[in-house]
Amino acid sequence: MKSSLAKTAILLVGMYVFLKFILPLFTAPLPASLIFLYVALTFAAAAIFYTMSGAGLDDFMGPIGRFLTGEGQTGLAGTARLIVFALFPVLVGWQTYTKLAPSDMPPAENRTIHPAPPGEFVGLANPFPRTPENIMMGQGLYAAFCSPCHGANFDGKGPAAVGFNPPPANFSDPGTIAQLQESYLFWRIKKGGVGLPVEGMPWKSAMPRWEKELPDEWIWKIIMGEYAGAGQSPRTWEEEE
Amino acid sequence: MKDHGTDEPRRSRLPSTKFWAWSVLWTLVLLPTWVWAQDAATQAMSVEYRDIPGIGSRNVIWVVAQQHLLLAGFVLGVPIFAWVCELVGWKSNEARYDKLAKEFTKLLTSAYATTALFGGILLFLLIGLYPKLMAYLSDIFFPSFLAYCMLFLMETAVLYMYWYGWDAMQGSKKWIHLSLGFLLNLFALGIMIVPNSWATFQASPVVVGDGTAIERAWAAMWNPTWWPVNIHRLIANVVLGGFICGAYAGIRYLLATSRAEREHYDWMGYVGNFIGVFGMLPLPFAGYWLMREIYQYNQQMGITLMGGFLAWLFILQAMLIGVLFLGANYYFWMGITYRIPGSEQRYRRPVLAMLIVLMVCLGVWMTPHSLVASLEEARKMGGTHHPLLGVFGVMSAKMTVSNLMILVTFMSFIMYWRAGKQETAAWARVAKSVMGALLVIAGIAVIVLGVWGYFVPAIIRINYFSVAQVLIVLFIMLTFTPLTAVLMKSARTTTEMVWGQMPIRAAYCLVSNAVMVILLMSLMGYARSSSRVHWHIYGVMRDTSDYAYSPALGYAAAFMSLNTFVFCLLVAFIFWVATMGDAGKKGPEQGQREQDPARVPEGMMPAMAGGSPGKDHHARAQVSGWDGVS
Repeated sequence: MKSSLAKTAILLVGMYVFLKFILPLFTAPLPASLIFLYVALTFAAAAIFYTMSGAGLDDFMGPIGRFLTGEGQTGLAGTARLIVFALFPVLVGWQTYTKLAPSDMPPAENRTIHPAPPGEFVGLANPFPRTPENIMMGQGLYAAFCSPCHGANFDGKGPAAVGFNPPPANFSDPGTIAQLQESYLFWRIKKGGVGLPVEGMPWKSAMPRWEKELPDEWIWKIIMGEYAGAGQSPRTWEEEE
Repeated sequence: MKDHGTDEPRRSRLPSTKFWAWSVLWTLVLLPTWVWAQDAATQAMSVEYRDIPGIGSRNVIWVVAQQHLLLAGFVLGVPIFAWVCELVGWKSNEARYDKLAKEFTKLLTSAYATTALFGGILLFLLIGLYPKLMAYLSDIFFPSFLAYCMLFLMETAVLYMYWYGWDAMQGSKKWIHLSLGFLLNLFALGIMIVPNSWATFQASPVVVGDGTAIERAWAAMWNPTWWPVNIHRLIANVVLGGFICGAYAGIRYLLATSRAEREHYDWMGYVGNFIGVFGMLPLPFAGYWLMREIYQYNQQMGITLMGGFLAWLFILQAMLIGVLFLGANYYFWMGITYRIPGSEQRYRRPVLAMLIVLMVCLGVWMTPHSLVASLEEARKMGGTHHPLLGVFGVMSAKMTVSNLMILVTFMSFIMYWRAGKQETAAWARVAKSVMGALLVIAGIAVIVLGVWGYFVPAIIRINYFSVAQVLIVLFIMLTFTPLTAVLMKSARTTTEMVWGQMPIRAAYCLVSNAVMVILLMSLMGYARSSSRVHWHIYGVMRDTSDYAYSPALGYAAAFMSLNTFVFCLLVAFIFWVATMGDAGKKGPEQGQREQDPARVPEGMMPAMAGGSPGKDHHARAQVSGWDGVS
């Protein structure tokens, strides 16, 4: 029977392989930050489980202690131990080099997708009633002005979307417009990417500043059309009749 | 002797040259001084801010306010903790609960003075550094200042009576002492909620119309976030009190030199963890209510907190709460392993299942909506929002996993409670089957509501689904606890509980839990305060100082760590001062304990769920002496 430390090592490798190579077969690859998080949680789980009893602790920590002290490490194990010790500074040096070496890649960033709107856009309500005519007009305007990027199916996959990074928002995703009030969308459409506040930096949005092109009425109706077309509802504090 | 005859002519004469000379001199000297004084007074009235060079006024206020708040949490949480212990001791007739309560009340006197000291420092600094803001707040809240002073006086008087009257009010007078303890907590609640109104008014001000000073103050106090913060802080103070008690016990356990001491502090650590965990279980519900009120009060503030630049604090919060949940559960599981010999194998599988659920939930909770990704990674994902795991980033997922974690932690405790006992009631099998079925149904219902929450309008999720999830978990807690208590009342003890055998990592676990709670309070205190962004009073009084910007998250995290460290030092100092006199008294008592290991008072049944002290005497006889722990 393998020691708990060996089982943990196998579990960690298995988890890493699953997240890094198997999961991307079915969906988009995961960023390194998320893989690190899930592997770290797996290690924490194994450490907690195996160290609940004294015997478990010995089984888990014993090999590490023996490896560090050299107790019973003879022959091949002793040589392997020396090689690891010799390689360890090299590993640290390599890690330091990769962190400090100049690169043309921008660093990983924690972008704020939904920065807080300016005060003048807070609490606005759509002044137009949600009638079939208004929704139809909104969807028509959406088709003309928004669908090239956000897609005819409201999924962010319009014909022009491939040219943008990050891609246009997918409105059918419950994590986008369904989380927001209509006034928020009014602000984003009206002011566009250049209207994002400092807190929304870096301003990586190609959204045009539509206030130059569209009257407010059209923008409100486009919002109505977007929600209806994407099958989502805006965040409100009152239930609709 | 006066010469009246010569007085009159002198008066009628013109002032002498000497007089004029003095007048001119005084005018030359005093007029500029008077003008300057007038100028200075006017200038002083118009000073809006003062700074402390090198350190910065905001940083000083940040540290002092946080220390005051943490100390206040401690001195308001410990009386609740102590009073509950005293009540349990009185009802169960177990002297050790009374002793525990007294031990912690002793800390209150020195902690209380330190808290007041920091309160005074904070007040002077605020008056000096932010005079304009303080003038505005004083104008609105002055009547509440007087009420606060009165509450403070009453609290102090009751505290002295509660502490110094402890030994005098035993036996038939115990109810008087308990009543004093109740009053102590009542005044403490008042001391907490009055300043809360000042701070919450800054975040969610309401229109204060005309009226008397009392009417205006009352209107300002009733702002939208006042009661959500009151409830949240009240529960958080219980958690802080419980876990600090646990940490104190953990450190004393590490320092214990006799078996009796180890037994006592092991038991104390258990009680602290128990109270901390039970306070922690409803805390996320209170936090959710607070966030809902903030969001409803102002969309801008809600988004700044939950979706804007402060949203990353909630990922840190998830990590800290996760560590706290894991620490509390780990302690319970080690309790089963070490205090109930032979239980390890029996509970291995359930523990593994609970651990997996906790870890999966924590993984979901810690997954951000927008992932930290390099340009290359973002290109492959099609943005910073992962198409599959991105769904974990919204509230529906977070609420679901936090409810499941609460459920698991509660079941962990129930398992600990039942460990080493065999139910004898005829209906025990039926009751356990019903509980098992209810638990499964509850878990499924919470998950179903969570998934369904993605497909309904936000208001339906917030008003119904999230509330239903909370009610389901509360239902389980409120039905399982009395049911298990009744089952355990007639249960037969199969394996005796042994105190004082916990490993040293259990003591470190208790200390870690306390540190996590302090970090959490520092973190969320910063989040609540920062959500006002560049406003002293949101939307009413703008911050026009040099510090009218939000610090970077790394800078803020460094201050949170500093605050946690300083508070730990302060608490350690308070513990040290309060227990300094014990060293002299300990000798003979300790010797007596060594001779009589069964000295810890026993009751007919466990007073605190899972405590099982009933047959400790017998258990100790079976333990072949203290041989150290791993």
